[in-house]
Amino acid sequence: MSQYPLSEKCPGDLRTPSGRQFASITLEAVVSGEVTMDDLRITPESLRRQAGIAADAGRRQLADNLLRAAELASVPEDFILAVYEALRPGRTARERLLEVAEELERKYNAPLCAALVREAGGS
Amino acid sequence: MESSKRFDARAARPIQRDSFIEEWPETGLRLFPGPGDPAPGIVVRDGRIVELDGKPESRFDMLDRFIALRAIDPAIAMEAMALPALAIARMLVDIHVRRDEVIHLFRGLTPARIVEIVALLNAVEMMMALQKMRARRQPFNQAHVTNRKENPALLAADAAEAVERGFAELETTVGVARYAPLNALAILIGSQTGRGSALTQCAVEEALSLKLALAGLTTYAETLSVYGTEQAFRDGDDTPWSKSFLAAAYASRGIKVRFTSGTGSEALMGHSEGKSMLYLEARCLMAIRGGGSQGVQNGSISCIALPESLPDGVRGVLAENLIASLLDLELASGNDAMASHSEIRKSAKLMLQFLPGTDFIHSGYSSMPREDNLFGGGNFDTLDIDDYNVLQRDMRVDGGVRPAGREEILAVRRRAGEAVQAVFRELGFPEISDGEVDAAVAALSSADMLARDVVGDLAAAERFLGGGGNAIDVIRALAKSGFADIAEKILAVQKLRVSGDFLQTSAVVLPGAKVVSAINDPNDYEGPGSGYRLEGERWEEICAIPQAPDPRTIGVGGGVDAPVLAPAGEAGVSQEAADVVIAVGPAFGTALQATILGLSHREVLAELKSGIEAEGMRPRIVKVRASSDCGFIGYSGALLSGSSIAIGIQSKGTTVITRRGLPPLNNLELFPQAPNLTLESYRAIGRNAARYAKGEPVLPVPAQIDNMARLRYIVPTTILHLKETAEVVSGGAALEMEVNS
Repeated sequence: MSQYPLSEKCPGDLRTPSGRQFASITLEAVVSGEVTMDDLRITPESLRRQAGIAADAGRRQLADNLLRAAELASVPEDFILAVYEALRPGRTARERLLEVAEELERKYNAPLCAALVREAGGS
Repeated sequence: MESSKRFDARAARPIQRDSFIEEWPETGLRLFPGPGDPAPGIVVRDGRIVELDGKPESRFDMLDRFIALRAIDPAIAMEAMALPALAIARMLVDIHVRRDEVIHLFRGLTPARIVEIVALLNAVEMMMALQKMRARRQPFNQAHVTNRKENPALLAADAAEAVERGFAELETTVGVARYAPLNALAILIGSQTGRGSALTQCAVEEALSLKLALAGLTTYAETLSVYGTEQAFRDGDDTPWSKSFLAAAYASRGIKVRFTSGTGSEALMGHSEGKSMLYLEARCLMAIRGGGSQGVQNGSISCIALPESLPDGVRGVLAENLIASLLDLELASGNDAMASHSEIRKSAKLMLQFLPGTDFIHSGYSSMPREDNLFGGGNFDTLDIDDYNVLQRDMRVDGGVRPAGREEILAVRRRAGEAVQAVFRELGFPEISDGEVDAAVAALSSADMLARDVVGDLAAAERFLGGGGNAIDVIRALAKSGFADIAEKILAVQKLRVSGDFLQTSAVVLPGAKVVSAINDPNDYEGPGSGYRLEGERWEEICAIPQAPDPRTIGVGGGVDAPVLAPAGEAGVSQEAADVVIAVGPAFGTALQATILGLSHREVLAELKSGIEAEGMRPRIVKVRASSDCGFIGYSGALLSGSSIAIGIQSKGTTVITRRGLPPLNNLELFPQAPNLTLESYRAIGRNAARYAKGEPVLPVPAQIDNMARLRYIVPTTILHLKETAEVVSGGAALEMEVNS
């Protein structure tokens, strides 16, 4: 746990999805328009690192959630909302859920999320 | 019916307005396991749970299936379920069994077994267990920030005040859903105005909630509600899988998530399936762990009055809090929705979470008067905050709140109001006027705010969120308009979304954007001498409530007057029958000048004397130096008195009439409650003393009885008496005194 919090202990390791250094997210950079909302996103790598920290603390399910989150980090919001909608009760036939799972796995390389969706569909 | 004024008076007490019912287990109106609950049990085959609490896999409902697949570790289940419930219950309160050993076992237990275990604990044992089992070492607190008029200046001011008072998380919601972006924005700005930092959220429908978070207008989400039966879950328009997916979605954008559950919701929705509230809550909590949430707010939350209507209800709610901690979840432990009309009952219930400490004692302390609370909350509100500060100080308990004075609070309220005003201007929203900011600073509630242009505000809200407006726009607007400090703090919290640090269990963001969680501040309680101890700066901060002055300063500054009395030699024994001694204390009229009520010693003496003279007797003032005790002052005076009668009076005003021959602590009349003595009383005391001297029948001076006087005056009494005692000259002879003109 010596690396936690990452923002304090090893900010040099942290990047934004656009490849920007954590330390370069400054007020000046925001005001000048250099930093946008897209820079204030977490990367799959950082999420996996947090998952590792949670797993080391014995929190398996939280770690799994963070691993699923790592898969979703680069998935567009609209598709995320569509998946959520599909999972809500009575919305979707089982076949459609399987399609959603397929799309998560194939298109977005998100096998853990796909497994969750399949499980919701009963398999 | 026989009449009774006492029963009539009790019937008018607030507790009578609370609802109470008997248990009705078949409808779920029961807290602890009853006839409708399953017996604990588990069957694991090939690493797969095929039977859960007596139900085979083929009959699993949605929740059973989710719990079996995701919430229980089959590898631990056999070992943990083999232990008797009582053995595990005892581990919870055994300081020799470490927290992580307990957590390990609870990874392998079924809902029915968990409930069986906690049911074995009484309320104090549950508190002991909670103290050991909560995830984070230091407790914190969460506040609600809402108002009926959804006024942005007031929201910002209240948010700023809440953070200044130490709240680590702020939660707002809406009356009109379309206000959500503006409300979220207002508390975001307010939250980073003063000390900063805090996480903020806006409780709205799931999809909108996610949008706000993605725009950086909120940094955590909490209202992911979970229910303990399949039908209740479906009525909530979710399944355990949809909630889990949502949890991952939030985390994927660096947003903290906490789920919500609580006893009573299933019964309220008519879907309890005849199961006890606690059994269903255990299922909720297992689904929450299985779904990968780092934490939960429970403690019945909005249903709280329902468990509280039942026997064992408040203990049951404590039990559900405990189960959350046993499952290694962050716990925000309720104490939010209105739970009782009785202040006694509310405070007593609060102690169950406040004393052991939870990750967040309240999952919504109302930072404005309860009539402005749009959550149905406000069981404790801003008007109770001084009481709350005193409770922390009384019991040396960290309830997550810090005392703050008027100037500090009003300054951050104003700055928050001005900041949100500037952002509205920069972003082209309807104007927030200077008058509106002034009103927000000074307001008691939204009743003090003028109505805004609702149509204009709503249109601006839609334009903003719909047009991709986000936290960056807010940061820029602040930086441009002279609020770079607030902009920096908002950015610092947004940056933490990049690191993901506050995704860990029980994370809070403290001033300086420091993340503290169960990872870097894990609860290490192992009995006395371990765990969180309220010490150092935090304890000093809690001690320093604004209404507690340094006692050394009390009564100082009033002593600038010249002494009333001047010594005129050693006092002798008088032989004159008309002589009535007024024996004053060592500081009377010299080091001190007034009684506890502020009556000047000069006037008090004048009244005593004129009372004596009115009866034709002659007063003589003598200063007793050897004692500060009222009885001994009078006693010493009587030894010198020609008539044998003396009045003894201490500087604080306590007075006695006595006669030579009576023992020091006996007397003719005693007036022990100086705060009740007026100048008129002193005149009457002088008159009575003179009549005793003349041997006439005397009607005692009526003494007022006020049981609150000691409560109100005990501190000044102590301090004045300390000053009197400081003037004592051991063995010093009494002095004749003259009144300076």
